[in-house]
Parts: sequence; structure tokens; C-alpha cells
Amino acid sequence: MNIVVCVKQVPDTWSERTLKESDSTLDRDAADAVINEADEFAIEEGLRLAEAHGGEVTILSMGPARATESIRKALSMGADKAVHLVDDALAGSDVLGTSAALAAVLGQIGFDLVILGSESTDARTGVLPAMLSERLGVPQLSYASKVEVDGSAITINRLADYGYDTVVATLPAVISVVEKINEPRYPSFKGIMAAKKKPVQTMSLADAGVDAAAVGLANAASEVTSWDKRPPRQAGTVVADEGDGGGKAAEFLAARKFI
Amino acid sequence: MAEILVLAEHDGETVKKVTLELVTLARRFGEPSVVWTGPGAEAAQARLAEFGAAKIYVAADPEYDDYVVAPKAELLAELVKQASPAAVLLPSTAEGREVGGRLAVKIGSGILTDAVGIGDDLSAEQVIFGGAINVSSRVRSGTPIIAVRPNAITPEAAPADPMIEPVSIAVSDAAKQAKITERVVQQRGARPELTEASIVVSGGRGVGSADNMALIEKLADSLGAAVGASRAVTDAGWYPHQFQVGQTGKTVSPQLYVAVGISGAIQHRAGMQTSKTIMVVNKDPEAPIFELADFGVVGDLFKVVPQLVEEIEKRSA
Ligand SMILES: Cc1cc2nc3c(=O)[nH]c(=O)nc-3n(C[C@H](O)[C@H](O)[C@H](O)COP(=O)(O)OP(=O)(O)OC[C@H]3O[C@@H](n4cnc5c(N)ncnc54)[C@H](O)[C@@H]3O)c2cc1C
Ligand SMILES: Nc1ncnc2c1ncn2[C@@H]1O[C@H](COP(=O)(O)O)[C@@H](O)[C@H]1O
Repeated sequence: MNIVVCVKQVPDTWSERTLKESDSTLDRDAADAVINEADEFAIEEGLRLAEAHGGEVTILSMGPARATESIRKALSMGADKAVHLVDDALAGSDVLGTSAALAAVLGQIGFDLVILGSESTDARTGVLPAMLSERLGVPQLSYASKVEVDGSAITINRLADYGYDTVVATLPAVISVVEKINEPRYPSFKGIMAAKKKPVQTMSLADAGVDAAAVGLANAASEVTSWDKRPPRQAGTVVADEGDGGGKAAEFLAARKFI
Repeated sequence: MAEILVLAEHDGETVKKVTLELVTLARRFGEPSVVWTGPGAEAAQARLAEFGAAKIYVAADPEYDDYVVAPKAELLAELVKQASPAAVLLPSTAEGREVGGRLAVKIGSGILTDAVGIGDDLSAEQVIFGGAINVSSRVRSGTPIIAVRPNAITPEAAPADPMIEPVSIAVSDAAKQAKITERVVQQRGARPELTEASIVVSGGRGVGSADNMALIEKLADSLGAAVGASRAVTDAGWYPHQFQVGQTGKTVSPQLYVAVGISGAIQHRAGMQTSKTIMVVNKDPEAPIFELADFGVVGDLFKVVPQLVEEIEKRSA
């Protein structure tokens, strides 16, 4: 099975994240960069499926040069090779542009299964899996909490508010996974050494056959027009429990008409 | 006046509150046209009328519910073509955002997700990076597609007499690739749904065990609230994943959020920061969650919460 896992490098949620004054795009230098957490679950699921059914796992990442750190980490977990789509003209792309670019690469490298995280921690749109499915014309199996492949049949549990839906489709397909679907492995020392020699193919827009008019900040279909640091919430009342804490909390709720 | 398409979220009988919120928002920009898929439109009609729906497109074919997302996107794309609406509004739920994403590709429009408000020029107000930054953004090309966070605004009644327009567009084969074969309902108490609830009571690691989550449920029930949990709790398996609040869980925006035994890590705050009122019970006065609290009790939750439940029950008796 030819499995491609889409991995995004994002600013660490533990560091302070901000936008750039100049063009209101993400300030990638201001924060430590890590693999988007949900994508680690996607990588793990790809590795498990390849182990169970045979095949190769390719990491696909679109991002600036620095994204190679995240690509190497994914390879050290056990993926076989990687494609890095990197081009200055991609900077500032919105989801529509990103999905066009990734779909073009996927069309070129081919796949049986594309695996994504269900949401990134910076953009938080959670729409890329649906967009890729739409663009590639293959089934969308998103928010998977369980994945089973049997020949060309694929079945997932799709997480819902009330529980889950069982969804079936035929490969090729796009899936996205939620955290808790598995336990992502840590790279072993051997894995880290091996990753250094694994092939990482860099592609430019031209290599990928992406229309430059569909991507980048200038062509984005949506844009940030203004932003502000949010003022801290006004300090409230804090009381120490002296045997009457529950009562005081009830008084507060009554004063605000919640009870 | 131009139409504003609003995709209804419903369970086949009752329309979800977020749909009424979207209709309320839509009234500011044009004539709200609700798009209903699958059965149940008749039952919901009165409620949609009460909040000002000018038109209801009813695509009653039950097949709309049998496949993941794609049929709804296809329907909306067709209606955008027919009605040239000024905007398409969807709930910023997993499903709503995905329908919006596919629609954006189909009609070549920009999409904005997780809006907590909409400006006069159809710009979306968003809160990003765990509540650190307010952003205003807009769609530059195509019909704006905006997904709005449930509970971000209050629905306001404005009675209307909606026109019912049956739509008989068959679901295409292309939209039938991912078939839903079973819906498994795991949890369905009398409690309101997490993202729709006006009060949410969440438990954190301080609660200590799966059994002790009963205390959180008890407090929630005394307030008619939904139950939420921090990731520490869902990771430990003390409560199901779908109740996780935070960056990788649900984003909630209730009138009242009660955080019990939760420290308030940035990733948790990302999911509850826009709650209107926040109450905290935590034994550590240094816990960062107190920075958000309108009212906080520093104390042992096993003493404070039972007393609080007792007080609430006394007052409502
Ligand atoms: C990429 C990423 C995504 C994440 N996404 C989420 C997310 O979506 N949601 C989320 O919640 N977290 C998320 N986290 C985890 C987050 O960083 C915290 O680890 C988590 O929120 C901690 O949960 P907690 O507050 O329940 O536990 P703790 O931080 O351990 O806090 C427990 C609190 O309980 C108090 N306490 C203990 N006993 C008592 C008692 N008897 N009475 C009163 N108080 C008591 C303690 O003082 C403490 O403040 C994410 C982390 C990462 C890295
Ligand atoms: N630049 C990118 N390169 C590769 N994959 C990406 C990129 N951006 C997003 N993704 C994938 O899409 C998923 C959802 O992201 P988003 O729609 O941005 O919330 C992520 O978890 C990744 O798997």
C-alpha cells in the first residue's frame, strides 16, 4: 500500500505565538517549531497500516526550509521517504491554496491512502482533509478514531458528538485521524540515525505543476485585515475555602442569576 | 435583498440552537434562507419561522444523511449557483466546517472558520492562539463562506412566514463515496450537548478518578449543565474523548463555565476562553486558571463541590 502522511510544522503551543506586524501572517520565527500534534497520530497510523499490510509511508509537508526538522523527525519514527514542497511563492497561502498545492503533489506522486491530522494547532481550520478529498475525487473518511483496511475496502469509526459513525469506502481514499486513535512511537536511536539517510525530495511549485496564481498571500481567497492582542480578562473575586466555599460559590451564581 | 444561505444542523426532529444563532446573524446581511437536508423540516418549520427564516430549502431525500459531508456540499454549491447569495453561513462544528471546505473548493470561494462574530462588511471575528489574539478577517474572492462557533451569539426571535421551497436535486454518485453504515450512540443522557449548553461544568485531573467524575456530573445536573473534561481526564480514560474541552477538543462558549480541578494550561484555555462567566474551584491558589476566573474558590473540590450542590438544591427547592 502506498501511504502518504501530510505533516505540518507548527509553532509549539507552549511558546508565545503571534502574527507578523508586516503582513499579518504567522510569525514562524517567534516560536519553537514542532510537528502538529495530530499529525504524529497520523504518522503512527500510517506506520501501523504499512506494517500490517505491507507498503511504504511517504511524508508530505509543505512549508519553509525549517520544516525539514519536522520531516526528519517523521522519518526517524519510521517513515520511508519524504516530499518537501518548498517555494517562496507559497508563503501566506490560505487553506484553499494549500489544498490546491498539496493535491497537485499528491496527484503527481500517487497514493492509495492519504492520512492527515484532523486539525492543525495554528490554523485550526480542520478543513484540509475535506478539501483534499474534494480535489482528488476520492472518499473522505475524516475524524477517524479507528481504521481498518481489508484489501481495497476501508472502514473507519468517525467520531461524533453522540458516539461514532461507521463509514465504509474503497481505496484510494483520504482519511484524517483524531488523537487517542493510537499511541505515537518515540523515535529510537537507530531510527534517528537511519532517518539521516532517507530520501527527502524537495519540490518547487514548478516541479509540482502547481499554478502559481492559486497560491501565496497575494492570491489567498481570505485574508486577515486586522488583529490585536486580546486584553486580559478583568480580575475576578477569589476566596479561600474556610468551610463555606461552596456556599459562597452558590451566592455568586445566584447573584449572576444562574440559580 | 440578497439571500444568505444557512445550513441547518439538526437531528431529524429538532433544529440545533446554533442554526437559530446563524439565522439571527444572517438577518443583518440579507434574507435568511435555511437549507434543510433529510427528513424533519416540517417539525422544525415553526421554530425557524420564529427566528426569522425567510425561506426554507428542503432537500428531503434521506440519502443526504447516508454519506459523509459530500452530498451537503454539493447541494449548497447548486443553491449558490441558483440563488447567488451574499454569503453562506455554517456552524463551526466538525461537520459544518467540512461541508464548508468542500463547498469552498467547488465554488472557488474563501472560507473562514470558528468566527465568534461577523462585522458589517461580512468580516469574521476570530480569537486565535489560545485566546491570545483577536483577529478580523475577510473573504477576498467568491461568495464568503463563514463557519460560526456555536453559542457565540444569542439567538433573537423575529417572527417571519418562511416560504418552503422543495429541492429535488438527487445526490450524485461522486458524493456517495463514503457511506455511513451505522450510527453508534454511546452516550445520551438528559444533559445538553457540550457546544450548545449555556452552562458547562468541567472536571480536571484534580477529580482523581473515573468514579469521581460522578461528582462533576452531579454539579452539572444541579445546574442543568453539560459535562466537559480536561485532556488529563480524557487521556486517563476517566471520561470519553468527545467531552474534551480545549485546543484538540471542543471549543465552548457558554454563559457559565465551571472549571473544577483544572490547572488552566494554554491548550485548555483555548477551548473555553470566550465563555462569558468563568467560575473556578482549585486547591492551588497559583493555578493559572484563576487568571480567568470571575469567581474562584481556593479549596478542596471534594469539600467545596458537595456543599455547592447542596446549596443549589436548597435554593431551587
Ligand atoms: C498539543 C497539545 C494539545 C492539548 N490539547 C488539550 C485540550 O484540548 N484540552 C486540554 O484540557 N488540555 C490539552 N492539552 C494538555 C494541557 O497542556 C494540560 O496538560 C491539561 O489541560 C491539564 O489538565 P488538568 O488541568 O486537568 O490537569 P493538571 O494540570 O494536572 O491540573 C490539575 C489541577 O487540579 C488541582 N487539584 C488537584 N486536586 C484537587 C482537589 N482535591 N481539589 C481542588 N483542586 C485540585 C491542582 O491544583 C491542579 O491545578 C494539550 C497539550 C498539548 C501539548
Ligand atoms: N502545510 C502543510 N503541509 C502538509 N500537511 C498539512 C499542511 N497544512 C495542513 N496539513 C495537514 O492538514 C491537517 C489539517 O490542517 P488544518 O486544515 O490546517 O487544520 C493537518 O493535521 C495536516 O495533516
